[in-house]
Amino acid sequence: MRAGRLVADLQVAGRVEAGFTAEPGEVLAVIGPNGAGKSSLLHAIAGLVDATGRARLGDTDLLALPVRERRVGLVFQGQLLFPHLTALDNVAFGLRARGASRAESEAVARDWLERFGIADLAGRRPRELSGGQAQRVAIARALATGPDVLLLDEPFTGLDVSVQMALRMELGRHLRDFPGVALLVTHDAIDALTLADRVLVLDGGRVAQVGPPAEVAAEPRTSHVARLVGLNLVADGDTLLAFPPDAVVVSLQEPEGSTRLRWRGPIATLAPHGDAVRLMVHASPDLLADLTPAAATELGLVPGREVWLSTKATAVSRYPARR
Amino acid sequence: MRDRLGRPPALLVLPAVLATLLLLVPLVAMVASTSWQDLPGHLTSRTALDALRISLVTSTVAIAACLLLGLPLAWLLARVDFRGRGALRALVTVPLVLPPVVAGVALRSAFGRTGLVGEPLLAWTGFAFPFTTWGVVLAHVFVSMPFVVIAIEGALRSADPRYDAAAATLGATRWTTFRRVTVPLALPGVVAGTVLGWARSLGEFGATITFNGNYPGTTQTMPTLIYVTRQSDQDAALSLSLLMLLVSIGVLIALRDHWLGTP
Repeated sequence: MRAGRLVADLQVAGRVEAGFTAEPGEVLAVIGPNGAGKSSLLHAIAGLVDATGRARLGDTDLLALPVRERRVGLVFQGQLLFPHLTALDNVAFGLRARGASRAESEAVARDWLERFGIADLAGRRPRELSGGQAQRVAIARALATGPDVLLLDEPFTGLDVSVQMALRMELGRHLRDFPGVALLVTHDAIDALTLADRVLVLDGGRVAQVGPPAEVAAEPRTSHVARLVGLNLVADGDTLLAFPPDAVVVSLQEPEGSTRLRWRGPIATLAPHGDAVRLMVHASPDLLADLTPAAATELGLVPGREVWLSTKATAVSRYPARR
Repeated sequence: MRDRLGRPPALLVLPAVLATLLLLVPLVAMVASTSWQDLPGHLTSRTALDALRISLVTSTVAIAACLLLGLPLAWLLARVDFRGRGALRALVTVPLVLPPVVAGVALRSAFGRTGLVGEPLLAWTGFAFPFTTWGVVLAHVFVSMPFVVIAIEGALRSADPRYDAAAATLGATRWTTFRRVTVPLALPGVVAGTVLGWARSLGEFGATITFNGNYPGTTQTMPTLIYVTRQSDQDAALSLSLLMLLVSIGVLIALRDHWLGTP
């Protein structure tokens, strides 16, 4: 075990350019829109794409090592369980590849399947497993080799919501026990908020924000994260303004008063959201507004209609765009 | 015939029927003109049994060699990016389009007693390929290798290379990955390529007879025996041909999941 701090400053041409550090035992969530470079960052650490820069794990230079010597456990998007091997053989594969005997590997693999509560599925092929079961096998396969770094690429994508919830709690337990650095790529704010110690926000291949989940959720610096946590985000010079959709007032006439916090634009979409109706308005930028169904009917709101949006200064949190 | 888009036009159906007949009639005619009471005698004659034995042994040894050498070549072509890969792939297909008799002449130039490789080989070891059963194997390997390599390369290509990546992250060397992931995933294609190459080898005639002649007991295979028998005894040639037809049908049945599986 070379567990140590991961210090990375990686460039993958045309994909991502990101520097960050992560401590052993820490779970770092990586979020960002599609194409932000999340998977590329993971694959660069694993060595599956060409990367320049540096990636040190403790005293080890990861970039100097071939993939199989990096001791990095990667849970692929779509799992990539070996279809011709049983669940047990999938989990035992890494141990066998690293020279353990068959009996020894299978004992360890069986133990991992037990920890994930799927020991009874040991003899099944991946096609005979449900999505949630297959994902458990995939995570067990990555953990079984005792990696120094665990990389999870959207581990809940494509699973039923109820399965996601159960697996999220389970993964949380395993991540707490995992002594190394864990990176979790996700597009779901819940994953970041519940599983991560810190959140790394990627936008357009660059690091837009790093911080504890609560801080990132309260003061998002990218519109993507703002949307994930359900906030409106407006840039005002070097200051960012964040405010929730239910603090937005919708009107057909220009609002009275001297507030600068008002915007105008056509309604893009209109959809039920909990007990409220949520508008998306093409102002600059796009803004969300929640109002009661009665109010929406009274104002005669339909997509395409021009409306005014305003909010009270007290509902807005202001913070610098760059730290 | 239930077809929502209309009846298939006669302009297409007629040539298709003709094509089918062209393929079928010779085989039916051959079976029809076989002399059934003489068949057991023809097939159990000394020369026939020798030729059958040599055919089966040489084809099997040849396909083993093709697999041993061709599987690694197919893997290189499918998985390793190197300069000249396209040229190498083209080279592999050359024997496929080469007239077999030309292949025999080429083999002579290389492995004949005065050939480029054959002459030093003879000088060092006293062994020469031509006119030996090993020569037959060599000719078979030469003509069958392209079938094996091309079929297996296709199978390896269609096996998702991300599985190789997954194996590498788990600590597997490329050799382990090849053995435990890549080949097992491509196994149906590997088997198909092997059977195809074996069948090609079994039917091999031109290169074999050019390189090795036609000596009963050493280089005479079923196809070369049929060729010489036909000149003296039509009925015996028919009986031997029927046996080869049955072997071909057997190969087809072995491959039915790959080729006949789709309607």
